[in-house]
Amino acid sequence: MPDAILQAKGVTAGYVPDLPILKDVSITARAGQVTLIIGPNGAGKSTLIKAIAGLVQMSAGQIAFDGGDITGIRPDQLAQHGISYVPQTDNIFRSLTIRQNLDLALRGARGDAAATLARLFDQFPALAAKHRDKAGTLSGGQRQFLAIAMALASAPKLILMDEPSAGLSPKAAQEVLEHARALTEQGVSILLVEQNVNQALRLADHCYILAEGRNQVDGSAADLLGDSIVGEIYLGGRRVGAA
Amino acid sequence: MIGVISYLVFFATTASILAIAVLGLNLQWGNTGLFNGGVVAFFGAGAYATLILGGTPQAGHLGGFELFYPLALLGGMAAAGLLAWIVGLLTLRLRHDYLAIATFGVAVAFENLMRNAEWLAGGAKGVRGFERPLREALGDGFLYNLLFFAVVLVILIATYLFLERLVASPFGRLLRAIREDEEAAQSLGKNPTKIRLTAFVTGSVILGLAGGLYGTFYAFVSPQDVLPTLTFQIWAMLIVGGAGNNRGAIFGAFLIWGAWTASGWALSRFAPVEAQLYTGSVQFILIGSVIVGMLMWRPQGLLPEKLVVSQRGKTPLVKQGV
Repeated sequence: MPDAILQAKGVTAGYVPDLPILKDVSITARAGQVTLIIGPNGAGKSTLIKAIAGLVQMSAGQIAFDGGDITGIRPDQLAQHGISYVPQTDNIFRSLTIRQNLDLALRGARGDAAATLARLFDQFPALAAKHRDKAGTLSGGQRQFLAIAMALASAPKLILMDEPSAGLSPKAAQEVLEHARALTEQGVSILLVEQNVNQALRLADHCYILAEGRNQVDGSAADLLGDSIVGEIYLGGRRVGAA
Repeated sequence: MIGVISYLVFFATTASILAIAVLGLNLQWGNTGLFNGGVVAFFGAGAYATLILGGTPQAGHLGGFELFYPLALLGGMAAAGLLAWIVGLLTLRLRHDYLAIATFGVAVAFENLMRNAEWLAGGAKGVRGFERPLREALGDGFLYNLLFFAVVLVILIATYLFLERLVASPFGRLLRAIREDEEAAQSLGKNPTKIRLTAFVTGSVILGLAGGLYGTFYAFVSPQDVLPTLTFQIWAMLIVGGAGNNRGAIFGAFLIWGAWTASGWALSRFAPVEAQLYTGSVQFILIGSVIVGMLMWRPQGLLPEKLVVSQRGKTPLVKQGV
Protein backbone atom coordinates (compact mmCIF):
# COMPACT_ATOMS: atom_id res chain seq x y z
CA MET A 1 0.00 0.00 0.00
CA PRO A 2 1.43 3.43 -0.90
CA ASP A 3 2.51 5.79 1.88
CA ALA A 4 0.04 8.21 3.35
CA ILE A 5 0.56 11.71 1.95
CA LEU A 6 -2.20 13.38 3.98
CA GLN A 7 -3.74 12.33 7.24
CA ALA A 8 -6.63 14.09 8.92
CA LYS A 9 -7.30 12.84 12.43
CA GLY A 10 -10.30 13.64 14.61
CA VAL A 11 -11.30 16.73 12.68
CA THR A 12 -14.10 18.71 14.27
CA ALA A 13 -14.95 21.87 12.40
CA GLY A 14 -17.81 24.15 11.36
CA TYR A 15 -18.77 27.63 10.29
CA VAL A 16 -20.25 28.74 13.60
CA PRO A 17 -18.58 28.20 17.01
CA ASP A 18 -20.10 25.35 19.03
CA LEU A 19 -22.05 24.09 16.01
CA PRO A 20 -19.68 21.65 14.31
CA ILE A 21 -20.50 20.27 10.90
CA LEU A 22 -17.69 17.70 11.11
CA LYS A 23 -17.44 15.57 14.22
CA ASP A 24 -14.24 13.65 14.78
CA VAL A 25 -13.65 12.82 11.11
CA SER A 26 -10.47 11.00 10.11
CA ILE A 27 -9.24 10.21 6.61
CA THR A 28 -5.99 9.23 4.94
CA ALA A 29 -5.03 10.07 1.36
CA ARG A 30 -2.28 7.91 -0.14
CA ALA A 31 0.47 9.02 -2.50
CA GLY A 32 -0.30 8.65 -6.19
CA GLN A 33 -3.90 7.62 -5.56
CA VAL A 34 -7.34 9.16 -5.94
CA THR A 35 -8.98 9.24 -2.53
CA LEU A 36 -12.68 9.86 -2.79
CA ILE A 37 -15.03 11.37 -0.23
CA ILE A 38 -18.73 10.87 -0.84
CA GLY A 39 -21.87 11.21 1.16
CA PRO A 40 -25.37 12.65 1.03
CA ASN A 41 -26.04 16.39 1.00
CA GLY A 42 -25.01 18.00 4.27
CA ALA A 43 -22.62 15.19 5.13
CA GLY A 44 -19.74 17.64 5.53
CA LYS A 45 -17.70 16.61 2.47
CA SER A 46 -16.94 20.13 1.29
CA THR A 47 -16.48 21.32 4.86
CA LEU A 48 -13.83 18.63 5.35
CA ILE A 49 -11.88 19.67 2.27
CA LYS A 50 -12.18 23.32 3.31
CA ALA A 51 -10.99 22.49 6.82
CA ILE A 52 -7.94 20.77 5.33
CA ALA A 53 -7.38 23.83 3.10
CA GLY A 54 -7.59 26.19 6.07
CA LEU A 55 -10.81 27.84 4.88
CA VAL A 56 -12.87 26.54 7.79
CA GLN A 57 -11.57 26.75 11.31
CA MET A 58 -11.08 23.48 13.15
CA SER A 59 -11.97 23.22 16.82
CA ALA A 60 -10.25 19.86 17.21
CA GLY A 61 -8.12 17.48 15.21
CA GLN A 62 -4.88 17.41 13.36
CA ILE A 63 -3.80 17.50 9.71
CA ALA A 64 -0.48 16.01 8.67
CA PHE A 65 0.88 16.35 5.16
CA ASP A 66 3.99 14.71 3.77
CA GLY A 67 5.41 14.14 7.22
CA GLY A 68 4.71 17.62 8.60
CA ASP A 69 1.92 19.14 10.65
CA ILE A 70 -0.19 21.60 8.67
CA THR A 71 -3.05 21.99 11.17
CA GLY A 72 -4.43 25.53 10.99
CA ILE A 73 -2.55 26.40 7.84
CA ARG A 74 -3.58 29.62 6.05
CA PRO A 75 -5.13 28.90 2.62
CA ASP A 76 -2.57 31.08 0.84
CA GLN A 77 0.22 28.93 2.33
CA LEU A 78 -1.08 25.68 0.83
CA ALA A 79 0.84 26.04 -2.42
CA GLN A 80 4.15 26.46 -0.55
CA HIS A 81 3.55 23.09 1.08
CA GLY A 82 2.78 21.41 -2.24
CA ILE A 83 -1.01 21.39 -2.01
CA SER A 84 -3.42 22.91 -4.50
CA TYR A 85 -7.09 23.45 -3.86
CA VAL A 86 -9.72 23.60 -6.61
CA PRO A 87 -12.92 25.14 -5.23
CA GLN A 88 -16.27 23.76 -6.34
CA THR A 89 -17.42 26.83 -8.27
CA ASP A 90 -15.91 30.23 -8.99
CA ASN A 91 -12.52 28.61 -9.30
CA ILE A 92 -11.36 30.77 -12.22
CA PHE A 93 -11.30 34.51 -12.83
CA ARG A 94 -13.88 35.16 -15.53
CA SER A 95 -12.87 38.70 -16.49
CA LEU A 96 -9.26 37.64 -17.13
CA THR A 97 -8.12 35.76 -20.21
CA ILE A 98 -7.14 32.12 -19.97
CA ARG A 99 -3.52 33.13 -20.31
CA GLN A 100 -3.85 35.74 -17.58
CA ASN A 101 -5.47 33.17 -15.28
CA LEU A 102 -2.50 30.89 -15.82
CA ASP A 103 -0.01 33.75 -15.46
CA LEU A 104 -1.60 34.56 -12.14
CA ALA A 105 -1.26 30.98 -10.97
CA LEU A 106 2.33 30.80 -12.20
CA ARG A 107 3.37 34.03 -10.47
CA GLY A 108 5.43 33.05 -7.47
CA ALA A 109 5.25 29.36 -8.31
CA ARG A 110 8.36 27.21 -8.26
CA GLY A 111 10.27 26.47 -11.47
CA ASP A 112 10.49 28.07 -14.88
CA ALA A 113 7.14 29.77 -15.54
CA ALA A 114 7.47 29.72 -19.34
CA ALA A 115 8.29 26.01 -19.39
CA THR A 116 5.44 25.22 -17.02
CA LEU A 117 3.04 27.26 -19.15
CA ALA A 118 4.12 25.42 -22.30
CA ARG A 119 3.68 22.11 -20.51
CA LEU A 120 0.21 23.07 -19.30
CA PHE A 121 -0.82 24.09 -22.80
CA ASP A 122 0.50 20.75 -24.06
CA GLN A 123 -1.62 19.03 -21.48
CA PHE A 124 -4.72 21.15 -22.17
CA PRO A 125 -4.67 21.96 -25.90
CA ALA A 126 -8.22 23.35 -25.83
CA LEU A 127 -7.03 26.04 -23.43
CA ALA A 128 -4.02 26.85 -25.60
CA ALA A 129 -6.28 27.39 -28.59
CA LYS A 130 -8.35 29.91 -26.65
CA HIS A 131 -5.62 31.45 -24.52
CA ARG A 132 -6.59 35.03 -25.38
CA ASP A 133 -10.30 34.52 -24.69
CA LYS A 134 -11.91 35.61 -21.46
CA ALA A 135 -12.18 32.68 -19.10
CA GLY A 136 -15.83 33.59 -18.58
CA THR A 137 -16.55 32.51 -22.17
CA LEU A 138 -15.44 28.91 -21.55
CA SER A 139 -17.89 26.03 -21.20
CA GLY A 140 -18.34 24.43 -17.79
CA GLY A 141 -15.98 21.55 -18.58
CA GLN A 142 -13.30 23.83 -20.00
CA ARG A 143 -13.53 26.02 -16.91
CA GLN A 144 -12.82 22.99 -14.76
CA PHE A 145 -9.85 22.13 -16.97
CA LEU A 146 -8.58 25.69 -16.55
CA ALA A 147 -9.03 25.41 -12.79
CA ILE A 148 -7.09 22.14 -12.80
CA ALA A 149 -4.36 23.66 -14.99
CA MET A 150 -4.09 26.55 -12.53
CA ALA A 151 -3.85 24.09 -9.66
CA LEU A 152 -1.04 22.27 -11.48
CA ALA A 153 0.94 25.51 -11.97
CA SER A 154 2.51 25.24 -8.53
CA ALA A 155 3.63 21.62 -9.19
CA PRO A 156 1.62 20.23 -6.26
CA LYS A 157 2.00 16.82 -4.66
CA LEU A 158 -1.68 16.79 -3.70
CA ILE A 159 -4.73 18.44 -5.25
CA LEU A 160 -7.88 18.93 -3.20
CA MET A 161 -10.83 18.90 -5.60
CA ASP A 162 -14.27 19.93 -4.43
CA GLU A 163 -16.94 18.45 -6.74
CA PRO A 164 -15.23 19.19 -10.06
CA SER A 165 -18.16 17.68 -11.95
CA ALA A 166 -20.77 19.93 -10.32
CA GLY A 167 -23.04 21.46 -12.93
CA LEU A 168 -21.42 19.62 -15.86
CA SER A 169 -23.05 17.40 -18.45
CA PRO A 170 -22.42 13.67 -17.88
CA LYS A 171 -19.91 13.63 -20.76
CA ALA A 172 -18.01 16.68 -19.51
CA ALA A 173 -18.10 15.32 -15.96
CA GLN A 174 -16.62 12.05 -17.17
CA GLU A 175 -13.82 13.87 -19.02
CA VAL A 176 -12.95 15.98 -16.00
CA LEU A 177 -12.93 12.98 -13.65
CA GLU A 178 -10.85 10.94 -16.07
CA HIS A 179 -8.37 13.77 -16.26
CA ALA A 180 -8.20 13.87 -12.48
CA ARG A 181 -7.42 10.14 -12.54
CA ALA A 182 -4.74 10.66 -15.19
CA LEU A 183 -2.97 13.18 -12.97
CA THR A 184 -2.00 10.35 -10.61
CA GLU A 185 0.19 8.96 -13.40
CA GLN A 186 2.24 12.18 -13.07
CA GLY A 187 2.71 11.42 -9.37
CA VAL A 188 0.04 13.84 -8.18
CA SER A 189 -2.27 12.58 -5.45
CA ILE A 190 -5.92 13.57 -5.53
CA LEU A 191 -8.35 14.07 -2.67
CA LEU A 192 -11.70 14.25 -4.41
CA VAL A 193 -15.11 15.22 -3.09
CA GLU A 194 -17.85 14.13 -5.48
CA GLN A 195 -21.62 13.76 -5.84
CA ASN A 196 -21.36 11.65 -9.00
CA VAL A 197 -20.90 8.52 -6.93
CA ASN A 198 -20.81 5.84 -9.61
CA GLN A 199 -18.52 7.72 -11.95
CA ALA A 200 -16.19 8.71 -9.13
CA LEU A 201 -16.03 5.24 -7.57
CA ARG A 202 -14.97 3.79 -10.92
CA LEU A 203 -11.82 5.91 -11.03
CA ALA A 204 -10.95 6.23 -7.35
CA ASP A 205 -8.63 3.96 -5.38
CA HIS A 206 -10.05 4.41 -1.92
CA CYS A 207 -13.29 5.89 -0.70
CA TYR A 208 -14.63 7.40 2.52
CA ILE A 209 -18.34 7.80 3.04
CA LEU A 210 -19.48 10.56 5.39
CA ALA A 211 -22.95 11.20 6.72
CA GLU A 212 -24.10 13.74 9.27
CA GLY A 213 -20.55 14.98 9.67
CA ARG A 214 -19.10 11.63 10.72
CA ASN A 215 -17.14 8.81 9.17
CA GLN A 216 -19.49 6.03 8.13
CA VAL A 217 -17.65 3.55 5.96
CA ASP A 218 -14.38 3.42 4.12
CA GLY A 219 -12.80 0.91 1.84
CA SER A 220 -11.49 0.22 -1.59
CA ALA A 221 -13.50 2.06 -4.25
CA ALA A 222 -13.83 -1.15 -6.28
CA ASP A 223 -15.37 -2.95 -3.31
CA LEU A 224 -17.76 -0.14 -2.48
CA LEU A 225 -18.91 0.20 -6.09
CA GLY A 226 -21.13 -2.85 -5.85
CA ASP A 227 -21.91 -2.60 -2.16
CA SER A 228 -25.49 -1.83 -1.20
CA ILE A 229 -24.29 0.09 1.86
CA VAL A 230 -23.55 3.09 -0.35
CA GLY A 231 -27.16 3.38 -1.42
CA GLU A 232 -28.38 2.73 2.11
CA ILE A 233 -26.31 5.53 3.54
CA TYR A 234 -27.39 7.89 0.77
CA LEU A 235 -31.02 7.09 1.47
CA GLY A 236 -30.47 7.55 5.17
CA GLY A 237 -31.51 4.00 6.01
CA ARG A 238 -28.31 2.83 7.64
CA ARG A 239 -25.71 4.43 9.85
CA VAL A 240 -22.42 2.99 10.90
CA GLY A 241 -20.87 4.51 13.97
CA ALA A 242 -23.27 7.42 14.14
CA ALA A 243 -23.83 8.95 17.55
CA MET B 1 -15.82 86.57 -22.05
CA ILE B 2 -12.92 86.48 -19.60
CA GLY B 3 -15.48 85.78 -16.90
CA VAL B 4 -16.70 82.69 -18.73
CA ILE B 5 -13.14 81.44 -19.35
CA SER B 6 -12.25 82.15 -15.76
CA TYR B 7 -15.27 80.14 -14.61
CA LEU B 8 -14.40 77.29 -16.98
CA VAL B 9 -10.89 77.16 -15.53
CA PHE B 10 -12.37 77.10 -12.04
CA PHE B 11 -14.82 74.36 -13.06
CA ALA B 12 -12.14 72.29 -14.81
CA THR B 13 -9.77 72.57 -11.83
CA THR B 14 -12.37 71.34 -9.37
CA ALA B 15 -13.52 68.59 -11.75
CA SER B 16 -9.90 67.47 -12.30
CA ILE B 17 -9.23 67.33 -8.57
CA LEU B 18 -12.39 65.28 -8.12
CA ALA B 19 -11.34 63.07 -11.05
CA ILE B 20 -8.12 62.24 -9.18
CA ALA B 21 -10.23 61.26 -6.17
CA VAL B 22 -12.49 59.11 -8.37
CA LEU B 23 -9.40 57.37 -9.75
CA GLY B 24 -8.37 56.54 -6.18
CA LEU B 25 -11.81 55.09 -5.46
CA ASN B 26 -11.74 53.22 -8.75
CA LEU B 27 -8.57 51.41 -7.65
CA GLN B 28 -10.34 50.37 -4.46
CA TRP B 29 -13.80 49.53 -5.77
CA GLY B 30 -13.50 49.18 -9.54
CA ASN B 31 -10.34 47.10 -9.52
CA THR B 32 -10.31 45.44 -6.11
CA GLY B 33 -13.96 45.37 -5.02
CA LEU B 34 -13.39 47.26 -1.75
CA PHE B 35 -16.53 49.21 -0.83
CA ASN B 36 -15.07 52.34 0.74
CA GLY B 37 -18.03 54.22 2.19
CA GLY B 38 -15.76 56.73 3.86
CA VAL B 39 -14.02 58.27 0.87
CA VAL B 40 -14.21 61.73 2.37
CA ALA B 41 -12.13 60.77 5.41
CA PHE B 42 -9.09 60.03 3.27
CA PHE B 43 -9.74 63.01 1.02
CA GLY B 44 -10.05 65.14 4.15
CA ALA B 45 -6.93 63.69 5.76
CA GLY B 46 -4.97 64.80 2.68
CA ALA B 47 -6.51 68.26 2.71
CA TYR B 48 -6.07 68.89 6.43
CA ALA B 49 -2.54 67.51 6.61
CA THR B 50 -1.37 69.46 3.55
CA LEU B 51 -2.66 72.74 4.97
CA ILE B 52 -1.41 72.07 8.50
CA LEU B 53 2.05 71.06 7.26
CA GLY B 54 2.36 73.86 4.71
CA GLY B 55 0.63 76.64 6.67
CA THR B 56 1.94 79.52 8.75
CA PRO B 57 1.84 79.46 12.57
CA GLN B 58 -1.64 79.77 14.03
CA ALA B 59 -2.47 80.38 17.66
CA GLY B 60 -5.75 78.47 17.53
CA HIS B 61 -4.64 75.10 16.17
CA LEU B 62 -1.78 72.85 15.21
CA GLY B 63 0.32 74.14 12.35
CA GLY B 64 3.08 76.53 11.54
CA PHE B 65 5.37 73.96 9.99
CA GLU B 66 5.63 75.98 6.75
CA LEU B 67 6.97 73.03 4.80
CA PHE B 68 8.00 73.45 1.18
CA TYR B 69 4.72 72.91 -0.70
CA PRO B 70 5.52 69.61 -2.46
CA LEU B 71 6.58 68.18 0.90
CA ALA B 72 3.37 69.39 2.49
CA LEU B 73 1.39 67.74 -0.29
CA LEU B 74 3.37 64.52 0.15
CA GLY B 75 2.66 64.78 3.86
CA GLY B 76 -1.05 65.03 3.06
CA MET B 77 -0.83 61.89 0.95
CA ALA B 78 1.10 60.11 3.69
CA ALA B 79 -1.51 61.12 6.27
CA ALA B 80 -4.28 59.66 4.11
CA GLY B 81 -2.21 56.51 3.58
CA LEU B 82 -1.51 56.16 7.30
CA LEU B 83 -5.21 56.57 8.13
CA ALA B 84 -6.06 53.97 5.46
CA TRP B 85 -3.47 51.56 6.83
CA ILE B 86 -4.90 51.79 10.35
CA VAL B 87 -8.51 51.59 9.13
CA GLY B 88 -7.58 48.81 6.71
CA LEU B 89 -5.96 46.66 9.39
CA LEU B 90 -9.15 46.92 11.42
CA THR B 91 -11.78 46.58 8.70
CA LEU B 92 -10.47 44.83 5.61
CA ARG B 93 -11.51 41.42 6.83
CA LEU B 94 -15.07 42.66 6.44
CA ARG B 95 -16.88 42.13 3.18
CA HIS B 96 -18.75 44.57 0.98
CA ASP B 97 -21.64 46.09 2.90
CA TYR B 98 -19.98 45.65 6.29
CA LEU B 99 -16.82 47.30 5.02
CA ALA B 100 -18.95 50.15 3.63
CA ILE B 101 -20.65 50.67 7.00
CA ALA B 102 -17.35 50.54 8.89
CA THR B 103 -15.62 53.01 6.58
CA PHE B 104 -18.66 55.29 6.59
CA GLY B 105 -18.38 55.32 10.37
CA VAL B 106 -14.71 56.26 10.07
CA ALA B 107 -15.65 59.21 7.86
CA VAL B 108 -18.28 60.43 10.31
CA ALA B 109 -15.79 60.08 13.15
CA PHE B 110 -13.21 62.01 11.11
CA GLU B 111 -15.63 64.86 10.46
CA ASN B 112 -16.60 65.00 14.13
CA LEU B 113 -12.98 64.98 15.20
CA MET B 114 -12.19 67.85 12.86
CA ARG B 115 -15.27 69.74 14.06
CA ASN B 116 -14.56 69.35 17.75
CA ALA B 117 -10.78 69.13 18.14
CA GLU B 118 -10.02 72.84 17.84
CA TRP B 119 -6.42 72.38 18.98
CA LEU B 120 -5.83 70.06 16.03
CA ALA B 121 -7.47 71.67 13.03
CA GLY B 122 -9.34 74.76 14.16
CA GLY B 123 -12.66 73.03 14.84
CA ALA B 124 -15.68 74.41 12.99
CA LYS B 125 -13.66 77.44 11.85
CA GLY B 126 -11.31 75.24 9.84
CA VAL B 127 -7.60 75.45 9.10
CA ARG B 128 -6.36 78.95 8.54
CA GLY B 129 -3.04 80.50 7.61
CA PHE B 130 -2.25 78.58 4.44
CA GLU B 131 -0.80 80.57 1.55
CA ARG B 132 -1.12 79.07 -1.90
CA PRO B 133 2.35 78.32 -3.33
CA LEU B 134 3.84 81.04 -5.58
CA ARG B 135 0.94 83.31 -4.76
CA GLU B 136 3.27 86.24 -4.10
CA ALA B 137 4.85 85.90 -7.54
CA LEU B 138 1.71 85.23 -9.53
CA GLY B 139 -0.99 87.00 -7.55
CA ASP B 140 -4.48 85.67 -6.94
CA GLY B 141 -5.97 86.26 -10.37
CA PHE B 142 -6.74 84.38 -13.54
CA LEU B 143 -3.08 83.59 -14.35
CA TYR B 144 -2.63 81.83 -11.04
CA ASN B 145 -5.77 79.79 -11.49
CA LEU B 146 -4.78 78.87 -15.03
CA LEU B 147 -1.34 77.68 -13.92
CA PHE B 148 -2.80 75.82 -10.98
CA PHE B 149 -5.22 74.09 -13.35
CA ALA B 150 -2.24 73.11 -15.53
CA VAL B 151 -0.48 71.61 -12.52
CA VAL B 152 -3.64 69.70 -11.49
CA LEU B 153 -4.11 68.46 -15.04
CA VAL B 154 -0.52 67.16 -15.17
CA ILE B 155 -1.07 65.38 -11.84
CA LEU B 156 -4.36 63.92 -13.13
CA ILE B 157 -2.67 62.60 -16.27
CA ALA B 158 0.25 61.21 -14.26
CA THR B 159 -2.17 59.48 -11.86
CA TYR B 160 -4.13 58.06 -14.78
CA LEU B 161 -0.98 56.71 -16.47
CA PHE B 162 0.28 55.22 -13.21
CA LEU B 163 -3.02 53.45 -12.62
CA GLU B 164 -3.27 52.22 -16.20
CA ARG B 165 0.17 50.63 -15.84
CA LEU B 166 -0.77 49.21 -12.48
CA VAL B 167 -3.98 47.65 -13.80
CA ALA B 168 -2.16 46.07 -16.74
CA SER B 169 0.59 44.69 -14.51
CA PRO B 170 0.51 41.28 -12.80
CA PHE B 171 -0.42 43.07 -9.59
CA GLY B 172 -3.41 44.61 -11.36
CA ARG B 173 -4.57 41.17 -12.47
CA LEU B 174 -4.18 39.97 -8.92
CA LEU B 175 -6.44 42.79 -7.72
CA ARG B 176 -9.12 41.78 -10.19
CA ALA B 177 -8.70 38.15 -9.25
CA ILE B 178 -9.31 38.99 -5.60
CA ARG B 179 -12.26 41.16 -6.57
CA GLU B 180 -13.78 38.21 -8.43
CA ASP B 181 -13.07 35.40 -6.02
CA GLU B 182 -11.01 35.68 -2.91
CA GLU B 183 -11.16 31.97 -2.13
CA ALA B 184 -9.86 31.01 -5.57
CA ALA B 185 -7.05 33.55 -5.23
CA GLN B 186 -6.14 32.09 -1.85
CA SER B 187 -6.05 28.63 -3.36
CA LEU B 188 -3.36 29.90 -5.74
CA GLY B 189 -1.18 30.97 -2.83
CA LYS B 190 -2.16 34.65 -2.81
CA ASN B 191 -2.73 36.51 0.45
CA PRO B 192 -5.92 38.54 -0.13
CA THR B 193 -5.71 40.51 3.12
CA LYS B 194 -2.26 41.85 2.29
CA ILE B 195 -3.21 42.66 -1.29
CA ARG B 196 -6.50 44.29 -0.32
CA LEU B 197 -4.64 46.41 2.24
CA THR B 198 -2.08 47.48 -0.39
CA ALA B 199 -4.86 48.51 -2.79
CA PHE B 200 -6.80 50.26 -0.03
CA VAL B 201 -3.78 52.27 1.10
CA THR B 202 -2.71 53.13 -2.48
CA GLY B 203 -6.23 54.26 -3.40
CA SER B 204 -6.43 56.32 -0.22
CA VAL B 205 -3.06 57.97 -0.91
CA ILE B 206 -4.54 59.08 -4.26
CA LEU B 207 -7.64 60.33 -2.44
CA GLY B 208 -5.30 62.20 -0.08
CA LEU B 209 -3.52 63.72 -3.08
CA ALA B 210 -6.85 64.97 -4.40
CA GLY B 211 -7.71 66.32 -0.94
CA GLY B 212 -4.36 68.10 -0.70
CA LEU B 213 -4.91 69.78 -4.07
CA TYR B 214 -8.45 70.70 -3.08
CA GLY B 215 -7.24 72.31 0.13
CA THR B 216 -4.50 74.12 -1.78
CA PHE B 217 -6.95 75.42 -4.38
CA TYR B 218 -9.21 76.96 -1.76
CA ALA B 219 -6.36 77.64 0.73
CA PHE B 220 -8.80 76.53 3.39
CA VAL B 221 -10.50 73.43 4.69
CA SER B 222 -13.17 73.03 7.32
CA PRO B 223 -15.53 70.27 8.50
CA GLN B 224 -18.03 71.49 5.87
CA ASP B 225 -15.62 70.12 3.23
CA VAL B 226 -15.62 66.63 4.69
CA LEU B 227 -19.33 65.93 4.90
CA PRO B 228 -20.71 62.60 3.60
CA THR B 229 -22.02 64.60 0.60
CA LEU B 230 -18.61 64.40 -1.00
CA THR B 231 -18.45 60.63 -0.60
CA PHE B 232 -21.83 60.43 -2.31
CA GLN B 233 -20.68 62.67 -5.18
CA ILE B 234 -17.45 60.75 -5.77
CA TRP B 235 -19.33 57.44 -5.79
CA ALA B 236 -21.87 58.88 -8.25
CA MET B 237 -19.01 59.91 -10.53
CA LEU B 238 -17.55 56.41 -10.52
CA ILE B 239 -20.87 54.59 -11.00
CA VAL B 240 -21.93 56.83 -13.85
CA GLY B 241 -18.52 56.89 -15.54
CA GLY B 242 -17.88 53.15 -15.23
CA ALA B 243 -16.27 51.31 -12.33
CA GLY B 244 -13.12 49.47 -13.34
CA ASN B 245 -12.34 51.86 -16.18
CA ASN B 246 -9.98 54.77 -15.40
CA ARG B 247 -11.21 56.77 -18.37
CA GLY B 248 -14.75 56.20 -17.19
CA ALA B 249 -13.76 57.47 -13.74
CA ILE B 250 -12.42 60.73 -15.21
CA PHE B 251 -15.37 61.09 -17.59
CA GLY B 252 -17.82 60.49 -14.75
CA ALA B 253 -16.10 63.14 -12.59
CA PHE B 254 -16.47 65.81 -15.25
CA LEU B 255 -20.01 64.74 -16.16
CA ILE B 256 -21.40 64.61 -12.63
CA TRP B 257 -19.60 67.75 -11.53
CA GLY B 258 -20.99 69.45 -14.65
CA ALA B 259 -24.49 68.18 -13.89
CA TRP B 260 -24.13 69.22 -10.25
CA THR B 261 -23.04 72.78 -11.03
CA ALA B 262 -25.46 73.14 -13.95
CA SER B 263 -28.39 71.98 -11.84
CA GLY B 264 -27.38 74.43 -9.10
CA TRP B 265 -27.23 77.23 -11.63
CA ALA B 266 -30.52 76.27 -13.27
CA LEU B 267 -32.34 76.00 -9.95
CA SER B 268 -31.03 79.37 -8.77
CA ARG B 269 -32.08 80.94 -12.05
CA PHE B 270 -35.43 79.34 -12.80
CA ALA B 271 -36.84 77.90 -9.59
CA PRO B 272 -39.24 80.02 -7.51
CA VAL B 273 -37.48 82.02 -4.81
CA GLU B 274 -39.04 80.03 -1.96
CA ALA B 275 -37.89 76.77 -3.63
CA GLN B 276 -34.32 77.99 -3.89
CA LEU B 277 -33.89 77.32 -0.20
CA TYR B 278 -34.00 73.67 -1.14
CA THR B 279 -31.58 73.84 -4.06
CA GLY B 280 -29.07 71.54 -2.38
CA SER B 281 -31.71 68.95 -1.59
CA VAL B 282 -33.07 69.04 -5.12
CA GLN B 283 -29.54 68.52 -6.46
CA PHE B 284 -29.20 65.45 -4.27
CA ILE B 285 -32.48 64.08 -5.56
CA LEU B 286 -31.35 64.64 -9.15
CA ILE B 287 -27.96 63.00 -8.66
CA GLY B 288 -29.52 60.19 -6.65
CA SER B 289 -31.98 59.58 -9.47
CA VAL B 290 -29.10 59.45 -11.95
CA ILE B 291 -27.33 56.82 -9.82
CA VAL B 292 -30.46 54.71 -9.44
CA GLY B 293 -31.17 54.99 -13.16
CA MET B 294 -27.62 53.98 -14.06
CA LEU B 295 -27.66 51.03 -11.69
CA MET B 296 -30.94 49.84 -13.16
CA TRP B 297 -30.30 50.31 -16.85
CA ARG B 298 -26.54 50.50 -17.29
CA PRO B 299 -24.83 49.21 -14.15
CA GLN B 300 -21.50 48.92 -15.92
CA GLY B 301 -21.44 52.74 -16.39
CA LEU B 302 -21.07 54.84 -19.53
CA LEU B 303 -17.54 53.58 -20.20
CA PRO B 304 -17.51 49.94 -19.00
CA GLU B 305 -14.46 48.09 -17.82
CA LYS B 306 -12.36 46.74 -20.65
CA LEU B 307 -10.43 43.51 -20.76
CA VAL B 308 -6.76 44.27 -20.23
CA VAL B 309 -4.40 42.05 -22.16
CA SER B 310 -0.88 42.12 -20.81
CA GLN B 311 2.19 42.39 -22.99
CA ARG B 312 2.99 38.80 -22.05
CA GLY B 313 -0.49 37.81 -23.04
CA LYS B 314 0.02 39.30 -26.49
CA THR B 315 3.09 37.18 -27.12
CA PRO B 316 2.20 34.43 -29.56
CA LEU B 317 2.67 30.93 -28.33
CA VAL B 318 5.04 29.64 -30.97
CA LYS B 319 5.06 26.18 -29.53
CA GLN B 320 1.30 25.92 -29.76
CA GLY B 321 1.04 27.73 -33.05
CA VAL B 322 -1.61 30.03 -31.62
